[in-house]
Amino acid sequence: MAKHRVEPVLWLLFSAGGLVAALMVPVLLLLFGVVFPLGWVAAPDYAHLSAVVRFPLTRLALLGVCVLALFHWAHRFKYTLYDGLQLQRQHAAINAFCYGGAVIGSAIAAYLLLLYV
Amino acid sequence: MTGATDVERTPKTYRAHLPILWWLRRRSYLLFVVRELSSVFVAWFVVFLLLLVVSVARGEEAYRRFLDWSANPVVLAVNIVALLFVVYHALTWFNLAPKAMILNVRGRRVPPPLVAFAHFGAWLVVSIVVAWIVVG
Repeated sequence: MAKHRVEPVLWLLFSAGGLVAALMVPVLLLLFGVVFPLGWVAAPDYAHLSAVVRFPLTRLALLGVCVLALFHWAHRFKYTLYDGLQLQRQHAAINAFCYGGAVIGSAIAAYLLLLYV
Repeated sequence: MTGATDVERTPKTYRAHLPILWWLRRRSYLLFVVRELSSVFVAWFVVFLLLLVVSVARGEEAYRRFLDWSANPVVLAVNIVALLFVVYHALTWFNLAPKAMILNVRGRRVPPPLVAFAHFGAWLVVSIVVAWIVVG
């Protein structure tokens, strides 16, 4: 019975994470992963970026992105392992790795974004 | 072992046995697996983002080091590949949105192309706003 209660929640997190990742990740990865390193546009100066990152709403928004993106990864990667590598029999270990990873990753993200910054 | 015990041991559910590289057989299968694997790069982005945030929190010198590290050819190559995967994720996600969201307004179904168009529009607006906040 517990499985049936948790399954819709996991699908909802997958879906919300997929939307958030689709909206937010390409632009941020384009800027910080490609455009700034290649020098096409100068990287933002420290004072500006520091002010943006320290703004509480930014940190909450980034935490939301991190948590949802991680649960999106967990759900999708689980099925990649199930179907892609034919590992349906190892479902307990795969569930522990994927959702456990998402929970631990979310806790680290929460610590860094809410307490460390 | 008798025949009876063999029957008892037979799993009740039928499971088709596929070769491990089944997804290389057709282009559509390969694209399906590519789409699923995009999630790995979404997870990588979370790690990359947290490293950026921590470096900014540590001070200007740490931020400099992060910028130098992100220009390292290996990191740059990983991020270019990751960008291709997450853009593919975004395109497939928004294209599927009309199939996942059946919207009705005053009893009439919102045309599927409009649902997709709204998502692509939202993507454009969010990207511009984020870039504007970051670059300042």
